Amino acid sequence: MISVKELTKRYARTVAVDQISFEIAKGQIVGFLGPNGAGKTTTMRMLTCFLPPSAGTARVAGFDVLEQPLEVKKRIGYLPESPPIYPEMETAEYLKFVGKLKGLSGSDLQKRVEYACDRCAIADVKKKLLGRLSKGYRQRVGLAQAIIHNPDVLILDEPTAGLDPKQINETRDLIKDLAPDHTIILSTHILPEVEQTCEQVIIINKGKLVATDSVRNLQARARGAESVLLEIAGRDGVLEAPIVQHKLEQVAGVSRVLCKQQVDSRVLIEVESEKGRLVRGDLARAVVQAGWDLNELRPAAMSLEEIFLQLTGSESGEAGKPATKELPR
Amino acid sequence: MRNTWTICRKELGSYFVSWIAYILLTLFAAAFGFFFWTLLTVFVVEGMEMQMRGQAFPMNLNEQIIRPLLMNVSVIGLFMIPLITMRLFAEEKRNGTIELLATSPVLDLEIILGKWLAALILYSSLLLLTGLNLAFLFKFGHPDWKPLAVAYLGLLLQAGALLAIGTFISTLTRNQIIAGAATFVVCLLLYVFGWVEGFESSTWAHVLAYTSVATHFDSFVRGVIDLKDAVFYLTVIILGLFFTSRSMESLRWRS
Repeated sequence: MISVKELTKRYARTVAVDQISFEIAKGQIVGFLGPNGAGKTTTMRMLTCFLPPSAGTARVAGFDVLEQPLEVKKRIGYLPESPPIYPEMETAEYLKFVGKLKGLSGSDLQKRVEYACDRCAIADVKKKLLGRLSKGYRQRVGLAQAIIHNPDVLILDEPTAGLDPKQINETRDLIKDLAPDHTIILSTHILPEVEQTCEQVIIINKGKLVATDSVRNLQARARGAESVLLEIAGRDGVLEAPIVQHKLEQVAGVSRVLCKQQVDSRVLIEVESEKGRLVRGDLARAVVQAGWDLNELRPAAMSLEEIFLQLTGSESGEAGKPATKELPR
Repeated sequence: MRNTWTICRKELGSYFVSWIAYILLTLFAAAFGFFFWTLLTVFVVEGMEMQMRGQAFPMNLNEQIIRPLLMNVSVIGLFMIPLITMRLFAEEKRNGTIELLATSPVLDLEIILGKWLAALILYSSLLLLTGLNLAFLFKFGHPDWKPLAVAYLGLLLQAGALLAIGTFISTLTRNQIIAGAATFVVCLLLYVFGWVEGFESSTWAHVLAYTSVATHFDSFVRGVIDLKDAVFYLTVIILGLFFTSRSMESLRWRS
């Protein structure tokens, strides 16, 4: 449905989006993930024909955004970061206006306005001025505006930003509800949102594509091997990391031991175990038997959050590199 | 065309819901009413003096009231036009609604025409108010309606040209005050450029005077449709709207 090839947006001094390529199949919900300023909004604006790309191509439903913008616009519903509402208009009046702009008319228009109001639960504020609505309602009006012409593709820029937890849940449910009929791209920097709503993730950072994969794959990778973090301290003041490392490597089921940090007599060690083996008890016993203190022992299983941080964090991050390598580009 | 009308209706709605229209109508009616009252008083007093002296000078409503009055209307317009156009694009940019318009299957030209048309309709509704006062002239006198109609056509053309310029300026900023102030200065300059011919007769003075909207209004207010002048106004309208569309496009490249 959406095909992006080496899409680039350059400004006078910066490159906002740098040669991004991805494909999105029909009917998918895709999470567009990245820290603030990563280029999410710019990419979305290029897909919606608001900004022309500096290089590369983007096609929506088979139409190029530069060559046939009108055809693309007809097939896209777009909710920008802040809902594009006119404060002096009433909800229904506004939806009618947008519907007309998108090419609806007559009874069709009336029906779609009703439908969008029902779907986004804003039927009770139809006669209210948009400027008087709460943030949550405005966001939903924004969403209603995006689906009014039943577009093939929905592009939602941080649809849950600024909402309270209850509204966030409602909005997520709404998005999931819409999924079967529309291909949805939603941008966010909130991870649970992606885990809960999306099937596919596209992670970008500093304008570059870092990873694209399905949520399930990313999570599976996170859960594949158990890894445990241990903080060990020597009792008499000295503790040599290589000795600890050697000792732990001998515990059955351990596949890799990594010394991450040493401060005075304390060491922080990450232990990876083979798949399906629980080694925490054995590790604890080994440490205590060797006469050291076990200050802390916690699972370091990679959540999506950690993968995300590793992928988008600074390049000097110690654990960042292996994970980046593992992810398919 | 349908989209143009949709945009135009929405703009008119905004004008009339947000009170801008009513405030402009009130201000305009007050200013126009004052000029009408003073001109009419002078006319009546002069008329009585003539009678008392027993002289029979020709008194003419068109020459002595309508013409100076409509000249004044074109000056009041200088103040009204920035107030009408300043919000057209600046407000959309500030609200972020420009993103909605720009991502809808609508041509830039349709958006621009719709907005300009709405501004022109609001201005026409100001002119419509003047009918109330002028109706008295027709009730108690016999002014000639043909030069009057031509003068109104001139007012509309002049306003159309200045509104097009104001629309263009509104695309340059997201701040309505800046848009309004800049439009006012440009309108004022375009009005007073004609004065240089009064003290200077070299070529540049003629060129400058030619660009003045006031120079081209003279023929209309005298009741003459001069093709040259009509073409001038139409050119300014087209140029203004053309620059607006260029500016909208560059907005996309830069923003």
